[in-house]
Amino acid sequence: MLIRGKVWKFGDDIDTDVIIPARYLVTFEPEELAKHVMEDIDPTFASKVQPGDIIVAGKNFGCGSSREHAPIAIKGAGVAAVVAESYARIFFRNAINIGLPVIDAAEAAREAETGDILEIDTEEGEILNTRTGKTYRAARYDDFIQDIINAGGLMEAVTRRVQERRGEQQPS
Amino acid sequence: MGQTMTEKILSRAAGRRVEPGEIAEVAVDLVMTNDITAPLAIKEFKKTGLEQVFDPNKVVFVPDHFVPAKDIKAAEQAKVMREFAVEQGAIYFEVGRAGIEHVVLPENGLTLPGQVIIGGDSHTCTYGAFNAFATGMGSTDIAAAMALGTTWVRVPPTIKFVYNGTLPEGVGGKDLILYTIGQIGVDGALYAVMEFTGEVIDALDMDGRIAMANMAIEAGAKTGIFACDDKTREWLARVTDRPYEPVESDPDAEYLKVIEFDVSNLKPVVALPHLPSNVYPADEVGDMPIHQVVIGSCTNGRISDLREVAKILKGRQVHPNVRCIVIPGSQEVAKQATREGLADIFLEAGAIFSTSTCGPCLGGYMGVLAKGERCVSTTNRNFRGRMGHREAEIILAGPQVAAASAVLGRVASPAALN
Repeated sequence: MLIRGKVWKFGDDIDTDVIIPARYLVTFEPEELAKHVMEDIDPTFASKVQPGDIIVAGKNFGCGSSREHAPIAIKGAGVAAVVAESYARIFFRNAINIGLPVIDAAEAAREAETGDILEIDTEEGEILNTRTGKTYRAARYDDFIQDIINAGGLMEAVTRRVQERRGEQQPS
Repeated sequence: MGQTMTEKILSRAAGRRVEPGEIAEVAVDLVMTNDITAPLAIKEFKKTGLEQVFDPNKVVFVPDHFVPAKDIKAAEQAKVMREFAVEQGAIYFEVGRAGIEHVVLPENGLTLPGQVIIGGDSHTCTYGAFNAFATGMGSTDIAAAMALGTTWVRVPPTIKFVYNGTLPEGVGGKDLILYTIGQIGVDGALYAVMEFTGEVIDALDMDGRIAMANMAIEAGAKTGIFACDDKTREWLARVTDRPYEPVESDPDAEYLKVIEFDVSNLKPVVALPHLPSNVYPADEVGDMPIHQVVIGSCTNGRISDLREVAKILKGRQVHPNVRCIVIPGSQEVAKQATREGLADIFLEAGAIFSTSTCGPCLGGYMGVLAKGERCVSTTNRNFRGRMGHREAEIILAGPQVAAASAVLGRVASPAALN
């Protein structure tokens, strides 16, 4: 997949409470959650972000609660990918499970600035910052995680397994 | 080469020996969700076309975050969960007979040594206090586990924490874990397991251990875990007669790191805004006036926490400028606190004593903060906006510091009362 988008830069330890405050967790509709994405760190973000933009952040992105509403809010706002120095583990799983590309690329994340354009080739694991002309490597996903991505998300992969089991149980 | 207790649990659940770093599919002993995470999990589960969860006796639903329902949308979410739980014949704890998930599940003997437990709540790591491998996941992972009875994990490396010395009077499990996070940072144990050991841990009561395991996630850990000892077995004997198989780490197990602390001189600590790692001794933060105190949550809402608070509030009054909100972790804790006269002490002191809920911890209801307000809280997160307005301040503390602060109207340890 090729992703080209404008960067919004955030710092370290961006927690899920600022990504989507708990007061909005009375729904899991992406459009509704997107209205409040990143609200407690930048109340104007939801009105500024455009479909196809890229969130770039420092260490431990998505730390805190297990709320899947966090990647859903980001994806719902049209954000095409997150590039960070590192991720909190539950957020990372949630993002993969719902099909939000999360790119692990420390140097690219450190050197990008708000307004830069990044071109990401997710298959090749390559990131180009068009402002500096510099290219970076992204960490490769494990095969297991790549399979979830290829299936289109975790539930798609699980459903396929459930159907296969059913097929095996059918008398031939 | 030996194995850590975590590697043993995961090897058993995978049906083969697993090593840190590899991805393994493991059988789960318990899958839990709450009123925030269940509705999405249920929707995702239904995508599989399955009509039944893998085993209704291993699937638990606990309404606790926004119940008793704070508004119509919260009521709708709780309803979705309730109806699905009943339809499935799953384990369900209703309002008035339950409380906060991480208090309720252990009380009901559902979290046992050697188990693999996953929950749609990041503080699921709490059950590591009982020698289980327990970790939080999102709703879709929970849905997959409800369908398959398995989940995937990257087998984590373990960091061993050794606490030496003797814990001073008035310093508890919450102080130990805040101090630890202050030392290693909010990503100091990222993806790893925190194994808590040492003579201080051996001497620590179960509620103290639970508070420590609960906050392992605040250091980025996959979970925290303790050995199963006589204290664990005695605690469990009061709530269940189900058999269990504890695990212990081999002497030659391999650790990512071993970190030793001498805590003989540890003082009661607080975590200042806006990270749990921003830790200082409570009496060294200067004059910080406060507006609210919250005592409760899955971290410190247990009976021993309330006893500590009552000891301080007895015969004293909550400061005129402070609202003090005491929330028992469960209906059982509430009943016990009432029987022991603790509830009377809170009410006489000018605190409120509420029904059990997660409410204020995540800015849901029952104590949301206004702009510019400062709160001392026995909860687990002081992120910006966590308990209300983004310009409110949350200071994390153990129950004794919270109670002393409520009386003095500023951040203080019990020593400052004299």
